Amino acid sequence: MSTTLLLAILLVIAAVAFVLGRMRAGALSQGRSSALHSRPNYYGAFVALAAFLPSLILVAVWLTISPFVINSAVRDTFPQEVKNQSEAQQSLAHGMVTTIARGLPFLTEEEIAGIRQDPSTLQSVFAARRFAVAAEAQPYMLDSAATLNAMSQTSRTTLSALALLLSIVGAFFALRMVAPRFRARNQVERVMLWSLLLASSIAILTTVGIVASMATEALRFFTMVPAHEFFFGTVWDPRFAGAGASSSGQFGLIPLLAGTLYIGFVAMLVAVPVGLFAAIYMAEYASPRMRSTAKPLLEVLAGIPTIVYGFFALVTVGPFLRDISAQLSGLVTGDYTSFIEAQSVITAGIVMGIMLIPYVSSLSDDIITAVPRALRDGSLGLGATRSETIKRVILPAALPGIVGALLMTASRAIGETMIVVLAAGVAARMQLNPFEPMTTVTVKIVNQLTGDLEFTSPQTLVAFALGITLFCITLALNIYALYIVRKYREQYE
Amino acid sequence: MTEAATEELLDKKMNAVPLKMVGKDVSVYYGDKRALYDVNLNVRENTVTALIGPSGCGKSTFLRTLNRMNDTIDGCRVTGTITLDGDDIYDSSIDVVELRARVGMVFQKPNPFPKSIYENVAYGPRIHGLAKSKADLDQVVEQSLQKAGLWNEVKDRLHEGGTGLSGGQQQRLCIARAVAVSPEVILMDEPCSALDPIATARVEELIHELRTNFTIVIVTHSMQQAARVSQRTAMFHLGNLVEENDTDKMFTNPDDQRTQDYIMGRFG
Amino acid sequence: MTDIAQQASGQIIAKAPARRDIGIRRRYAAERRFRLYGVAAITFGLVFLFLLLWSVLSKGYTAFQQTELTLPITFSQEIIDPNNKRETDPQVLQTANYPVLVRNALAEKLGVASSNRAALRQVSGLFSDSARVELRDMVMSDPSIIGKTLPVTVLASANIDSAFKGQFDMTVDEASRKVSDQQVAWMDQLAKEGVLAKGFNTGLFVNGNSSRPEAAGLGVALIGSLYLMGIVLVLSLPIGVAASIYLEEFAPKNRLTDLIEVNINNLAAVPSIVYGLLGLAVFINFAGLPRSAPLVGGLVLTLMTLPTIIIATRAALRAVPPSIRAAALGLGASKMQTTFHHVLPLAMPGILTGTIIGLAHALGETAPLLLIGMVAFVANVPATPLDPSTALPVQIYMWANEAERAFVERTSGAIIVLLAFLVIMNLGAILLRRRFERRW
Repeated sequence: MSTTLLLAILLVIAAVAFVLGRMRAGALSQGRSSALHSRPNYYGAFVALAAFLPSLILVAVWLTISPFVINSAVRDTFPQEVKNQSEAQQSLAHGMVTTIARGLPFLTEEEIAGIRQDPSTLQSVFAARRFAVAAEAQPYMLDSAATLNAMSQTSRTTLSALALLLSIVGAFFALRMVAPRFRARNQVERVMLWSLLLASSIAILTTVGIVASMATEALRFFTMVPAHEFFFGTVWDPRFAGAGASSSGQFGLIPLLAGTLYIGFVAMLVAVPVGLFAAIYMAEYASPRMRSTAKPLLEVLAGIPTIVYGFFALVTVGPFLRDISAQLSGLVTGDYTSFIEAQSVITAGIVMGIMLIPYVSSLSDDIITAVPRALRDGSLGLGATRSETIKRVILPAALPGIVGALLMTASRAIGETMIVVLAAGVAARMQLNPFEPMTTVTVKIVNQLTGDLEFTSPQTLVAFALGITLFCITLALNIYALYIVRKYREQYE
Repeated sequence: MTEAATEELLDKKMNAVPLKMVGKDVSVYYGDKRALYDVNLNVRENTVTALIGPSGCGKSTFLRTLNRMNDTIDGCRVTGTITLDGDDIYDSSIDVVELRARVGMVFQKPNPFPKSIYENVAYGPRIHGLAKSKADLDQVVEQSLQKAGLWNEVKDRLHEGGTGLSGGQQQRLCIARAVAVSPEVILMDEPCSALDPIATARVEELIHELRTNFTIVIVTHSMQQAARVSQRTAMFHLGNLVEENDTDKMFTNPDDQRTQDYIMGRFG
Repeated sequence: MTDIAQQASGQIIAKAPARRDIGIRRRYAAERRFRLYGVAAITFGLVFLFLLLWSVLSKGYTAFQQTELTLPITFSQEIIDPNNKRETDPQVLQTANYPVLVRNALAEKLGVASSNRAALRQVSGLFSDSARVELRDMVMSDPSIIGKTLPVTVLASANIDSAFKGQFDMTVDEASRKVSDQQVAWMDQLAKEGVLAKGFNTGLFVNGNSSRPEAAGLGVALIGSLYLMGIVLVLSLPIGVAASIYLEEFAPKNRLTDLIEVNINNLAAVPSIVYGLLGLAVFINFAGLPRSAPLVGGLVLTLMTLPTIIIATRAALRAVPPSIRAAALGLGASKMQTTFHHVLPLAMPGILTGTIIGLAHALGETAPLLLIGMVAFVANVPATPLDPSTALPVQIYMWANEAERAFVERTSGAIIVLLAFLVIMNLGAILLRRRFERRW
């Protein structure tokens, strides 16, 4: 019985249980609804939950655990010499057994017999059925595959039987519990409360998932490449995945980090003055009408997907800068070669800066308008002009909040991917010329993980080391920024 | 002396005091809502003028027209004329920054800037370029704090935050801040409403002392306060100026029945 | 100004003291400069917004039209199945040289001799090689058309398409141009005869990916994005609402609640690419779900969107005044009933607005999808969310990496489609907010 079918049957049982529970409650009340503690629907829901929830949990737990049990059992059937091999080879063999097991039910008796005679024909027989088996099969694999299939079958049958039994038993006992003074609503609401709690704990699970998954993969990477070579290495040259020994290639983080920070810096150079002045103008000068048109228009910039910015940088800004630099150098030196490359720090930086303008401006706008009116009046009442009030009273008062906002923006700049993938280049170099390409942490994550993946090679795993570095940097920036902003808000509450 | 003769004498005495500011037919609108109706009010030099009346009567609105603080409120419109030393302050030739340097303001809630005590007081002189040197500025700060009666309490912690002071001290700091610009007129918008009785007494004392150097207009909710600090009192009701009179006369023998009722506590 | 003016009533006007110099002129100049910086900043932002949109629109609007050739084509047996073996060998119809059929038809129309090999090669450059698949599918589905002559519409080649739309500079030397003078002459001739014409580019919305720009379309990407949005909506709305209800209405003030709050705020700021790594490690490597599948993409985007939806939903719940809760509780409703019967319905417009904005954000997200392999070259429409697929922004990324001029047009066209969806979603959110906005 497939899992879907099983779940469907369980749902049907739950529906029946609901109806039965309701009817029983109705019968007990003898038409006087005040005789019952809860409305009849709650009795129905209680019985349905009793029928469905325990068996659902059983199915979930079973499906999580049983693959591990079956796998270890299947590996037990491997001959001794295979068991003596390295872990990587064992998992390769196991992978083949899994494929064979999947294909086995589609074969005829004769074909199986044929393979038993000559295991080398397995690959071709399976290929005809559109199952790609990685390498030449060993004789034991067929038996292991058969064991696998048999165990899976038993597991599924047992699970179905147990789940159905549990469901019916649950419904039966719940039905017996239905009585006029039984507090069905409280029970149902308790289950609801738990599921609400469960939903909100997904946030924690996600964080745990991010940290755990990246940490495990990164740790595997650090067993192949020493951590100090990664964190302090100045050369990034990972070679191709799977080429030769695992230690080939150099994985220095420094050039990537340098590129990330440099491009982020250029972006902030664009976004901070523009965003801040825009925010000041919106908050202090703009008429309500201008504010209500210009502000949403600027925020459109934040709604445009970053891939669009990347394309804009690639086909418009980059070529424009290249051509204009050629014209400039032509006018000055007579030599019409461009000194800005189309993919460069400055291209990526400017476009990313434009993307960040609305973040800076709307965050700062909120913070500036949160400065109490009394301070403004105090300054204006002394005869200060508006700009003096802003520069000398409002901005200093808002400074902590604005710093927080800028830190959040910086973390966005560091984590931004699509603009740099298309506009910054892939060359991991350490240099200071903003007119030449540099690359970033995010670009390299994308580079290392598109194409063929091998979760055993450092070329793939390094992406997780990069990822956790990125995660830690942005997290630190954000926690600090949130802390500052919260402090700032408390000051004026 | 007859009562009429006394009054005449008083009037003559009062008339000898020059008029610092004169409001003629002043009306204020917030959008479509009219907040003040043709108010005619004189502010005399080196006199404390108290504006009293029930809440929402327009007394704060009128106060804010005197240094054009209403300009900062969207949709606020002022008609009529207000003169300072005979010059219309709403005339296009008058600059609002210059006006506010001459007509300073202290607000209802103490609003020191989140800076040090020194910087708070030095703010006005700095923006207006009133002090030529650091020593000059130090002197202005010290004098202003002394005038505000705060110097002895804060002279050892001039560079600590102004927000760390007590409420009463903060309000006196704000007065010192206004005084540091050497305005001619100081407007005070219920300066004691957020203070405890002891701090209030200190500020009232201070207002009394400041009268020798400044013309003061004070909005107050408390009639006792008006009686204690002011020489002239104006009573507002529902956006109208009901009566303007010598404070003594106002509290003993007002001309208008509504003033009498208000002072007797019939409405408030 | 009079020294001591006498008023009519005999009152004295005070004498103004000497005017102080408070640097008005200098200060107002500074004020104007400061204002100007503000105006300049806003202008800068808006100019770039305009430039960006204009750059995309001007490059992309032509992508919605496609040059096509409509002409009678003879499905001649000599070319398709010269040895008449198609009954026995199905491979014959698969591998037949269909483009020759189109070439011959065109050559006949243009009066090119069948012996002139150089000219014939140029004729072949007029139409897209996608004609091969088109004609093959026609023949395979109905072999009886062999030997007949039918009117067929095939795509013009990318170069002719660009030339016909006037995107090539014809003043450039012929050798460094992608279309020859001869081809341009034929193009004009065919256009005059009505054989060659621009039509609405249905292929852009229907076709799968292709290495030939004229045949490449967003069909797979649109379906993929649809799956993604469906999964994100189905998962993130209930989970997000449940989480928000718990945090806003039920959560006790304790360490766990604090932890969840801090977590949600931080998750909202985690770079999207990190979610891609999470998806790769957990859903693909650990749970064994297939790569390139919209299901995995949907899960990743759900996790990414949840914080946004939770934050919006909590704001909406908080905006429902406590008096509503008090009223319901006062009538004897349980806390759960109060929340679900009264608070939640009132907060629903706000929740939906937040959800739409979250979805729009997810629709444009590219980086995490790259990592879970949705960059695959997919030509067939995915039937289920477990089949390999791409998504709209990923398709844009893939096309942006192609060198050909015609792909720039396609990419811009795809961006227009993406932006159109985003505009519609955001307008929906705005309308929803306008329609149901409630002031308490």
